[in-house]
Amino acid sequence: MRDVAIISFAQTKHQRAVSDINEVEMLMPILGEALDGAGVKKDRVDFVCSGSSDYLAGQPFSFVMSLDAFGPWPPISESHVDMDGAWAVYEAWVKMQAGKADIALVYAYGKSSPGDIRKVLSRQLDPYYLGPLWVDPVSLAALQARVGLEAGAFSAEQMAEVAAASRRNAKANPYAQLSGDAEVAALLSEPEFVAPLRKHDCPPISDGAAVVVLAADGAARELSEHPAWIRGFDHRIEPHALGSRDLTTSVSTKQAAAKAGVGDKPVDLAELHAPFTHQELILRDALGLSDGVSINPSGGALCANPMMTAGLIRMGEAANRVTNGEASRAVAHATSGPCLQQNLVCVLEGE
Amino acid sequence: MMGSERVAIVGTGQTKHQATNDGSIAGVVRQAAERALEDAQMSWADIDAVVIGKAPDFFEGVMMPELYLADALGAVGKPMFRVHTAGSVGGSTAIVAQDLVAAGIHERVLTVAFEKQSESEAMWALSVSMPFQPPMHAGAGGYFAPHIRSYIRRTGAPDHIGILVALKDRLNALKNPYAHLHEHEITFDSVKESMMLWDPIRYSETCPSSDGACALVITNEKGGDAAASDGRPPAWVKGTALRSEPTMFAGRDQVNPRGGQECAWDVYKQAGIAHPRDEIDCVEMYVPFSWFEPMWLENLHFAGVGEGWKMVESGATQLDGDLPVNMSGGVLSSNPIGASGMLRFAEAAMQVRGQAGEHQVDGVRTALGHAYGGGSQFFAMWIVGAEKP
Amino acid sequence: MSDIQLPERLEGVEPVRSIRTFASLTYQYTPGRAASRFLKEVERKRLVGQRCPVCKKVYVPPRGSCPTDGVATEEEVELGHTGTIVSFCVVNVPFMANLMEIPYVGALIQLDGSDIPIMHLIQEVPYDEVHMGMRVEAVWVPDGEISHTLESIKYFRPNGEPDAPYDSYKENA
Ligand SMILES: [Zn+2]
Repeated sequence: MRDVAIISFAQTKHQRAVSDINEVEMLMPILGEALDGAGVKKDRVDFVCSGSSDYLAGQPFSFVMSLDAFGPWPPISESHVDMDGAWAVYEAWVKMQAGKADIALVYAYGKSSPGDIRKVLSRQLDPYYLGPLWVDPVSLAALQARVGLEAGAFSAEQMAEVAAASRRNAKANPYAQLSGDAEVAALLSEPEFVAPLRKHDCPPISDGAAVVVLAADGAARELSEHPAWIRGFDHRIEPHALGSRDLTTSVSTKQAAAKAGVGDKPVDLAELHAPFTHQELILRDALGLSDGVSINPSGGALCANPMMTAGLIRMGEAANRVTNGEASRAVAHATSGPCLQQNLVCVLEGE
Repeated sequence: MMGSERVAIVGTGQTKHQATNDGSIAGVVRQAAERALEDAQMSWADIDAVVIGKAPDFFEGVMMPELYLADALGAVGKPMFRVHTAGSVGGSTAIVAQDLVAAGIHERVLTVAFEKQSESEAMWALSVSMPFQPPMHAGAGGYFAPHIRSYIRRTGAPDHIGILVALKDRLNALKNPYAHLHEHEITFDSVKESMMLWDPIRYSETCPSSDGACALVITNEKGGDAAASDGRPPAWVKGTALRSEPTMFAGRDQVNPRGGQECAWDVYKQAGIAHPRDEIDCVEMYVPFSWFEPMWLENLHFAGVGEGWKMVESGATQLDGDLPVNMSGGVLSSNPIGASGMLRFAEAAMQVRGQAGEHQVDGVRTALGHAYGGGSQFFAMWIVGAEKP
Repeated sequence: MSDIQLPERLEGVEPVRSIRTFASLTYQYTPGRAASRFLKEVERKRLVGQRCPVCKKVYVPPRGSCPTDGVATEEEVELGHTGTIVSFCVVNVPFMANLMEIPYVGALIQLDGSDIPIMHLIQEVPYDEVHMGMRVEAVWVPDGEISHTLESIKYFRPNGEPDAPYDSYKENA
C-alpha cells in the first residue's frame, strides 16, 4: 500500500439556502482555498473526483457544469460519483494506490434548497414497493429510533445529550449552521416532530460544499509538515429492505471498521456522519468507541448537513485535527441511504 | 508511479438489448451479472466488491439506485460503489473496478452498468430545461448535428460516409444476438432514404433507445492465470485512461476534442503502442450518430486529420477490413446509455478472448474499447490484449 | 428476460409487467451572480458578456467561471445583437411538442464581440438557405413581454450583411 494523506481541506459556510450563487460560484473560492492550502497549482493535480446528486439539483448531468469551477484545461483525468464526496475520496485513494496519481483533488457539493428534500430523498427507495408510498427519510429514521428505544439500545435522554453536545461543539466551528448551548431537559420538553424524533434529533437542511486535496508518499511529505495519513479505508452496504436489517445496530459500519482496523489502536477522536441523534449512538457502539473519544468536535451533521458533502466534511474535519496535533489517530465516517444503509470508515493518523 | 498488479477480465455478460425489457431494474442488472459470473465460472460468494455505473438517475426515476440494487447484485456485506460520468460512465465504471484490482485492494470485482430507458421518458429526462439558460431546441441530435456539419465542412467528406457507417454497424449487429436492432432488410438505399431527422443526421444514422445491462468480472494475475490454465483465455488490461475538458469554452474543438486525443495517447503509451493503426487489431468505439466513426478515427489517431472519412470509404473499418470498428453493431444498434460504454469495453475483451461468436475478428491480439460522454468532453478508454503485459 | 416465468401455481395469471408511479418534484433554480447580472441586462434588452481576467475571452451567457481557467468572470462587455452562424442543424423531429413547425433550424451563433457561440433558432428564412457564416440578428419579443430570460429573444434572422469569412469564426466551428 502507498502512503496517502489528506493535506488540505476547505469548506463553505453552510446555510439553509444559498440563493445568490450557483454551484460553480459556491465551489470556486474553496477550490482555490484548498489548492492554496496544499501549496499547489491545479496543474500539479493528477486526478480529480467529485460527488453530487442529480436528483438534489433537479437536473440531469448536473455535475458536468460544476467542473467549470476547477477549469479542467488542459484536459484532466477526472471522475464523478453520484454518492457522498467521501466515496469520491475513496475512488481517488484507489487511483493513487494503483499508482496512477500522486496528487488528487476531491470536491463535493449539495444544495438541498432548490427542492423539497424529504420528497426528493423518498425517490431513493425501492421503486416498486416503497417509492410509490413516498416515505420520507425522517419518517424512516423515526422508525429506526423507535426500534432502538423500545429495545433499550438507547434513551431519549441520550439522544438529547447528543444534540446538546453537537451544538456546543459547533460553537467553535465558524462553518456550522447551528450552534449554541442547549439544556437536555429543555430539549426534551420540546414537542415531538416525527415521533419519537424531536427537531433537535434531526439535521438542519443545508446548502454547502467542501474540497480536500490528497497526496501520496513523497508528494505528501513535500507539501505538508503534518500530513493526515490514511491508514485504513473501507466501506460496506446492507440490504435495502428495512425489514431484513437489525436497525438497532450498524452491521456495515462494524464490517468496514474491522477492515479499516479501527480497533487496532486507541482512537482520539471521531467525526461521524450521523444525521440523526440516535444514529450517532448506534455508530459509536458499532465502531467500538470508548467514552474518552472526542465525538464530532465540529458539531457533525446535526449542525450542518449539506447532502453528498457531509461525509466528505467529516474526513476533512478529522484530518485537520490530526494535522494540527489535536489528535494522533482519528476516525472519519460517512453514510448513505435510509437508516445508515451504507457506511464508510477511514482511519487517519499523524506520523 | 508504477507498481500496480496485473489485471484480467475473465467474464463478460449482457442482456438482450431491447426497447422495453419486461424485467425489473434489479432483474435486468442481475441477468447481466449472472451471465458474467457464469462466463467466469464463479459464484456470487467469490466476488469481493461491486462497482455499478449508470447515466442520470432521472432515466429510471430512482435516485442513487445502487442502494436498492445492493441485494440483487449480491453486494450485501461488501463494498458497493456507484459511478456517474455521463455517457462515458460504462467505461469509467469498468476503470474503477480495474483500479480496485490493480491497486491490490480486491482480487475479484464485479462491475455492472445499465440503463432502462423505458422506465421513464428519456427525452424528458435529458431536457429538463433551466429557466435562465438558452433554450435547447432539439435534443441530443440537435446538439451534435452542428458538430457533424463542421466536420463535413472541414474535411469535404461526401454525404454517403455516414450512410456507409450506419449500414456496416447494422449489418454487424445481425451477427450479434444481444443487439437491439436486427434489421435484416437494411440496404444502402434504405438508410439513404430514411428520414432526415437533424440534418445532416438521418433516422437510420441514429442510435436507438434501449433497455439493457452489461457486466464484467475482473480479477488479478492469479485469477487470470487460473482462467487461462483452465482453457478460458482472459483479456489482460494493458492500459486505461480518462480525460475530461470543459463543456463549452471559447475556441473549443468539438470535432476533434483535445481530451480525446490526449486520452488516446495516454492509453497507447501504457500499452506500449506507438502506431495504433498497425498495432491495434480492432476497435469498439462509442458512435451514437454514424458520422462519429470518421471523427473518432481521427481523434484516436487511426487516421490523419481530415482522413477519417477516407478510411471508412475504403472499407478498412468493415468486419473484414484491416481495422474493424464496432464489430458488435455498436451504439448505433443498441444504446442502453449507462451500459453503452461498458459494452464497448466488453466487446474489446470478448474479441481478444476469441469469444465474440459470429462477429469475431480472426486473430485479435490487441483491442481498444472507447467511450465518450456529454458534449464530447468526457472520455474513457482501455486497451486489452491476449498476452499478459 | 423477454418473458416472465411464474411459479406453477400462478399458471394462467396475467403477470404484472409494469407499475406507474407519477413523480412530481418542484425545484427552484438559482442562476447565480454572473447569470443574474446577465439576465438583468436582458430585461433591459441588452446582451452583456463577461470577460475572463486570465485568458481575456468574452463569455455569453456567463455561468460564473471561465471554464478553462476556473476563475470568476467579472468585467462586463456589451455585445451586439448581431452575430454569425458558426454551425447549425435542420430539425425534422417534432421535439418542441408542436410549438415549432418542422423543419426548423437550430444554430450556434457567435454574437459580435463574444468568443463563444450560443444556441438559438433561425427563422424568417427558408431552412435550406441557412448556411455557415451567415450573418444574423436577434428578434426580440415585443417590449412589454421582455423579461429576465433568454426566451426574450424569439429567434435570429438573416440581417442581409455579406457572409463572414470562415477564418473569422472557424475557432468555434
Ligand atoms: Zn479564461
